[in-house]
Amino acid sequence: MGIVSPGFQGRPRSSAPDLPPGQYLTEDFPVLSAGPTPRVPTDTWEFVLTTETGAEHRWSWAELMNLPQDTPTVDLHCVTRWSKLGTTWQGVSLDTLFDAVDTDARYALAHSYGGYTTNLPLDDLRGGRAWVVHTYDGGPLPAEHGGPARLLVPHLYLWKSAKWVRGIRLLVDDRPGFWETAGYHDYGDPWREQRYQGD
Amino acid sequence: MAAPTTGRVAPLTWRVARLVERRIETPTAQTLLLDVPGWPGHLPGQHVDLRLTAPDGYQAARSYSLAGPADGERIEVTVQRVPDGEVSPYLVDTWTEGDPVEVRGPVGGWFVWRTDETAPVLLVAGGSGVVPLMAMVRARRAAGSRTPFRLIYSARTPDDVIYADELRRRARDDQGLDVAYVYTRQAPDGWRGEPHRIGLADVNSHGWPPDLEPLCYVCGPTGFVETVADLLVGLGHPTRRVRTERFGPTG
Amino acid sequence: MTDMTYLDGNMLDGPLRELLAVDLSATTGRCDNCGMVGPMAGLHVYSHAPGLVGRCPACTGVMVRLVRAPERAWLDLRGTTYLQVPMTMEQGVRAPR
Repeated sequence: MGIVSPGFQGRPRSSAPDLPPGQYLTEDFPVLSAGPTPRVPTDTWEFVLTTETGAEHRWSWAELMNLPQDTPTVDLHCVTRWSKLGTTWQGVSLDTLFDAVDTDARYALAHSYGGYTTNLPLDDLRGGRAWVVHTYDGGPLPAEHGGPARLLVPHLYLWKSAKWVRGIRLLVDDRPGFWETAGYHDYGDPWREQRYQGD
Repeated sequence: MAAPTTGRVAPLTWRVARLVERRIETPTAQTLLLDVPGWPGHLPGQHVDLRLTAPDGYQAARSYSLAGPADGERIEVTVQRVPDGEVSPYLVDTWTEGDPVEVRGPVGGWFVWRTDETAPVLLVAGGSGVVPLMAMVRARRAAGSRTPFRLIYSARTPDDVIYADELRRRARDDQGLDVAYVYTRQAPDGWRGEPHRIGLADVNSHGWPPDLEPLCYVCGPTGFVETVADLLVGLGHPTRRVRTERFGPTG
Repeated sequence: MTDMTYLDGNMLDGPLRELLAVDLSATTGRCDNCGMVGPMAGLHVYSHAPGLVGRCPACTGVMVRLVRAPERAWLDLRGTTYLQVPMTMEQGVRAPR
């Protein structure tokens, strides 16, 4: 810890009892980006699930919209220490997308328009805990927050919820993604404060 | 002034700085005079990182350009108060003389001007982007350099011009220094032309032609720097002679 | 309108000088993705992120990543084929007697 500057408080933040360790509450929705914001028109957008054998399952925008829709209300925890509670989304549960997929893989690598990647255990994408979402707070998901569609895996740190998601590759062996190859944790459970490798 | 002459320098650590004095520059900008024990000296155009720590350990750090040559262990930065900012409001409104703030620097090996350079210099400032450019103007004066300097300074209104009095004085007294202004919202009385964003005509009439091989320094918000750098390259200035420093809305 | 969310490579100097005795912005680098050679000061740096990401201004390929934890740092330069660092004669070069 550095030398305290008297009178400095920083951004308004409170550590509510229902927050993971080291997190503070924010009311706004900070925009984080590691590169230029991709602009993906929905008429060319597609989502591809690729199994460990190379089999591909594709959905166009229209096909995604025709699938059963969920409206999760979830808390978000960003590894940069802000948390935002009670956010409302609409999208398709990954259980629905995995329905027709035959796989023995244990790991998944999500990839995005713009080149971003992040890895997750396949189990964490199942069981009603992960979605491909296209609507935030009642409106179309803005590009800066990952629109037209992003992954939403709220029980892990938010970098796992890949913005501008384009597909998921199923893998037999874990393969670290963009931030995971630069020091961040392979799993990223905010409640166990798994920020960096080895945490 | 002990300053690095190559890319190789000592690893950096945080030092404790204390506020000595503050000067009001505009309604939203102040120059802060800091005492930094052990300060190694710096070059015009370099910056420092300032870091604030709250009692609960929360930290925030921002970069600020050094506004002029060091006076021993005293350095100065000019801080624009960013609305809703986190660090600049503290520095401008709360920081009290004698209180500690951590400083890391000097940093920057690219956006610097050395007083032994003789190529003509074009400085283009957008808003508080004038700060590192003013450090060059002041270093030129202090070194008795005769290198021809031109400064184009874009500000929203006359009230937003930082260092207004000193610039007026230097434009009169420092031989070979020309200063031109562009106003984006409101121009002073008697000003010829309308308020406008900086454009080709401004850069063309107040800059140097490319065949004089000037060094160009452009500093301001990202959009401003983007515009001016494109104009300069479009006029035929080689990319490597156009040095830029963009700053974001991170206050 | 392109994104205006990035800064210049200059801003990497402070964070990197915690690790290296080099002002990155004084160096020249080669992008491993497109081969462009230019000042590292010209990189587009995205800083509103879990780490710092420096991208090639020509092809947006990632050339530098720096992640800083309280007691560790990770530096990834695999997108940079080389860094050319200005040196003076007295540094490291010993003439034979």
